[in-house]
Amino acid sequence: MITIDDVKHLASLARLSVPEAELDTFVKEFDGILEYIGQLEKLPIFMDSTPVVPPLHNVFREDGEPTPVGTNTKTITSAFPHKKGKLLSVKKIL
Amino acid sequence: MSNINELTITEAARALRVHKFSVRELWDATAAIAIAKNKDIFAYLELFDANDVDIASAQKRIDSEGDAAPLLCGIPLAVKDNILIKGKIASAASKMLENYRASYTATVIEKLQDAGALFLGRTNMDEFAMGSSTENSAFGTTRNPYDKERVPGGSSGGSAAAVSANMAIAALGSDTGGSIRQPASFCGLVGLKPTYGAVSRYGLIALGSSLDQIGSLTKTVAGSQILFNTISGRDVRDATTIPKELYPFKKVPNKLRIGVPRALLEKGVDADVLAHFNEKLTALDAAGHHIIDINLPTSAYALAVYYVIMPAEASTNLSRLDGMRYGLAKCGETLLDDYLKTRSQGFGPEVRRRILLGTFVLSSGYIDAYYRKAHAARAVLANEYLAAFKQTDVIAVPTSPSSAFRRGERNDPISMYLEDLFTAPANITGMPALSVPMGMVDRDGTKLPVGMHFTAPYQAENVLFAAGMAIENIHV
Repeated sequence: MITIDDVKHLASLARLSVPEAELDTFVKEFDGILEYIGQLEKLPIFMDSTPVVPPLHNVFREDGEPTPVGTNTKTITSAFPHKKGKLLSVKKIL
Repeated sequence: MSNINELTITEAARALRVHKFSVRELWDATAAIAIAKNKDIFAYLELFDANDVDIASAQKRIDSEGDAAPLLCGIPLAVKDNILIKGKIASAASKMLENYRASYTATVIEKLQDAGALFLGRTNMDEFAMGSSTENSAFGTTRNPYDKERVPGGSSGGSAAAVSANMAIAALGSDTGGSIRQPASFCGLVGLKPTYGAVSRYGLIALGSSLDQIGSLTKTVAGSQILFNTISGRDVRDATTIPKELYPFKKVPNKLRIGVPRALLEKGVDADVLAHFNEKLTALDAAGHHIIDINLPTSAYALAVYYVIMPAEASTNLSRLDGMRYGLAKCGETLLDDYLKTRSQGFGPEVRRRILLGTFVLSSGYIDAYYRKAHAARAVLANEYLAAFKQTDVIAVPTSPSSAFRRGERNDPISMYLEDLFTAPANITGMPALSVPMGMVDRDGTKLPVGMHFTAPYQAENVLFAAGMAIENIHV
């Protein structure tokens, strides 16, 4: 059984808040889901079962042909919610 | 001839080549129907204006290259709202990205543009592809063209409704646990989830990165094949993409060996859905194909595995949406308040639920019991399928246990999650799967389509298409 406090704690870990009015329903639904995925406990398997690994090697491309500096700057900075000139503006961290 | 917006990809491509109509006429006819029907169906979140340059160049290419021009040249397609087209909004049907304009173009879109395809608009979906009904969209519910009181399935419900209502010739969707195949089943279409890595995910807004694949919703298996051939292939911008023939090539046999995991169908499947399924198997048997009983014991746990791995990956992927660099940004007193306000107001209830679930299964006290166990079970399941494919070419089940349900009918999460029962295993194993229409069932006097689902070994999409065509060729 999961409690309201558990949900609040998970929410704070996930940088979310669950509105007070929704907490009861949320806990109930969450319990139902945990019960469902809890059937995994009954599954008789060894934790070191051999994974199926795709026969894919050296997937990194060769370095080279960097994009010229500034190519995407305007596109990316135009999406900033808050900015000063070309700089992303955020609240004081410390 | 039927109205030109009702044509399949193959029919439209043929007609364009013999100049029965122009690219412009095909676009205008399809776009006009899309605009007219969208009030009722709400398949599209946004319909794009005609791109005169692209229409003209597609026409020129058909005129000069004739049969050598790509089959998708001049064909108007719909695109799910989680696939990026530079300069266009890509919102994943979320308030979080309501005004986000893509800063780059997805590889699949580039490939389609190179083939001369045209884009009609972006289609509605469950928010961040989380859902099986398109009811989780932040902007409204898409209706099933067969019965507007029912859902089109999801999460690619907008793409499915658009093609089914002839508001597009074909569409792109994405599939994490059944999000292409289940709406295809509900809307009477062919839906393909390719092999994991067959199609580049560069430019797809991620849900579960080890499960997601972009695929197609089409009116025919031939259309599915054309789209797959166009969008698949290795991409240096997606390191998980695989080269052609990474796995041994499977020749399509004259007579297919079709495995049926009977034990999985014993309960929970609507009687008339099962009847259609059995009828098709009997017809396949009569056509000389071999029906073989198989066992996939771990498949019964596949959905539980899926609902551990997917939320774990989703909660990780969605942590990047914090209101700092793009998307919704809400201001609070402190930096932490900014995060909390942005994420709590930007994400809908289902997204918040899955983020919390993912956070839970990854938390230190539970990671062994849930995430690591699910990860181990994933390997067991894949090995079970590989073993089954030693004696079969494809594995068949119904795509969904039921036909399209009523809006608002599935209001608890578990009953909605059960929609993925037969489709999630293909995402867990990474194997390709296809849903093909297998008949109509009657619900309160309305005829509703249901689909048959085939899974094939890695990179054996060719065998899937053969199985799909075998179903299309049965005329009972």
